[in-house]
Amino acid sequence: MRTRTAETLSRDVQALKPYAAILNARLLTLLQYRAAAIAGFGTQLFWGLIRVSIFTAFFRSSNRSQPINLPDTISYLWLTQAMLTMVMWRTDADVTAMIRTGTVSYEMLRPVDLYGMWYARAVAARLAPMLLRGLPMIIIASVFFSLRPPPTLPNAICWLIATCAALLLSAAITTLLTISLLYTISGDGLLRIVPPIVFALSGMLVPLPLMPGWLQGTLRFLPFSGLIDVPFRLYLGHISPSEYPALLCHQLLWTFVFIAAGRYALDRALQRMVVQGG
Amino acid sequence: MPQIVVENLRKSFKVAERKPGMLGAIIGLAQRKYRTVTALDGISFSLDQGELVGYIGPNGAGKSTTVKTISGILVPDSGRCEVLGFVPWKERRAYVAHIGVVFGQRTQLWWDLPVEESFELLRDIYAVPEKQYRATLEELVTLLDLQPLLDTPVRQLSLGQRMRCDLAAALLHAPKILFLDEPTIGLDALSKIAVRDFIKKLNRERGVTVILTTHDMDDIESLCSRIMVIGQGRILSDGSLDALRLRVTAERWLIVDLEEGAVEIEDPDASVIRQEGSQVCLSFDPQRISSAALIGRIAAKYPVRDLLVQNPPIEEIIARLYRQNEQLNVQLAAARDQ
Repeated sequence: MRTRTAETLSRDVQALKPYAAILNARLLTLLQYRAAAIAGFGTQLFWGLIRVSIFTAFFRSSNRSQPINLPDTISYLWLTQAMLTMVMWRTDADVTAMIRTGTVSYEMLRPVDLYGMWYARAVAARLAPMLLRGLPMIIIASVFFSLRPPPTLPNAICWLIATCAALLLSAAITTLLTISLLYTISGDGLLRIVPPIVFALSGMLVPLPLMPGWLQGTLRFLPFSGLIDVPFRLYLGHISPSEYPALLCHQLLWTFVFIAAGRYALDRALQRMVVQGG
Repeated sequence: MPQIVVENLRKSFKVAERKPGMLGAIIGLAQRKYRTVTALDGISFSLDQGELVGYIGPNGAGKSTTVKTISGILVPDSGRCEVLGFVPWKERRAYVAHIGVVFGQRTQLWWDLPVEESFELLRDIYAVPEKQYRATLEELVTLLDLQPLLDTPVRQLSLGQRMRCDLAAALLHAPKILFLDEPTIGLDALSKIAVRDFIKKLNRERGVTVILTTHDMDDIESLCSRIMVIGQGRILSDGSLDALRLRVTAERWLIVDLEEGAVEIEDPDASVIRQEGSQVCLSFDPQRISSAALIGRIAAKYPVRDLLVQNPPIEEIIARLYRQNEQLNVQLAAARDQ
């Protein structure tokens, strides 16, 4: 009985190997872009300083007590600068080119799940900048710009888990955006509309606790708080680790919804596919 | 039992149309017009294991659509297709593990990765056991002379080098059938010969079934024992090159090199197709006059320096087949209108 389970397990691991290989290859490729990483890091640092000044001025100009205090807001802002790529969506440049030129044919000739393959690419595309820019940003901001560490170890652990869940959610949304290219080919339109909206709804633009009270319910329901706000408030200690399981379910449920939508859209697109360029 | 069976395959596309210019663009916003293009209009054929088939036709005839349908990429409107016991578009994932495809105009290698890393990625995607992968790779590296290319990033390869690597990439999982869509397009003469030799070897020694689409008639002549000609979504001819010749035209060509300053050749049983300088190309019907008799007569009458009898080139045969087909279509349309 036990050997049978072990066998199934090893077969499952085998079945995941192609996707892991794609993720790995993409990650290694993306980690090569050092110049882009340094430039991006500089820009994000600069914008971070400006945003911290703006919010400091905002807090000084008002005597009312705010739902989140200034030191926490500053930490929150530095985290948004570090995790920018969580919502700074681009469709996969390779897949975009494949769809435009018709090389996507080759993707369909692989004996693996096309959605899984593109999802693995999307995870790599989110993960690479997080490692290249996010991590150094957190270190620099902790040392020089008063980004405070998490209050307790459980909070830190929950933050890490929530960041991973946010990564999976973010990848599911990007994969859906990539698949939308099969319908529109250029896809510029969607990519211009979606990110600003998500910036506002995720906490990227303004920490969600500072958003109007009447909006809070909606913000908590929508998937986007799971990308930025939930992990960050776990980091700050605004959300206690005991509250997190419910929020993790929220993150995973939305991830599942986006994956299901992406799969459906992909299946439909493949039925009516036209290969560009003969 | 045949390896590939295709019966009455049909596929049409909707193509969006708009009038040119600004006005056309504005009208197009409000009112979309679509035109239906029939790419496959009832294609049927069957193939046995180990065949090497040339699939030819003009641009837009439906060659690539056929290949894409049989390889599981496109879903046809109707018709039956079974390859190795699979219905390609229904059991795509299980099926594509047994076939290899090369589109000459596109690469399946990862642009930024060295060739060998692309190969390793394919090994993981196709779940090829390490031992088998090593053996296959070694064989392919020798046959295609890839050793110096293995650690070069794909973007730095020349077209000929890239094509050799692409061929290897399509064969790492030891497929039983290989689809080649214009594998020699854009290659120089040497690379073309290398690619052809490789395909021939693969087919003879490993028994891989090869379906080859091409515009290069030398590919066809040097490789294919069977030729399928497609035009306007229908198969116009299917058989050996000789059978195709017989069907289209029985004529042969006599090429005559004359001494300087010679006059025009006239003969009751042969007609001049073209004359370039001192070289004259005559066509004749071997049923009416044997080549020996014709050569004797010409040599006696004119100052001949050299003579050569040959079949009309395959381009000519195919061009005639298309013209016959078009005339037939015109006649059919006229008959329908009456």
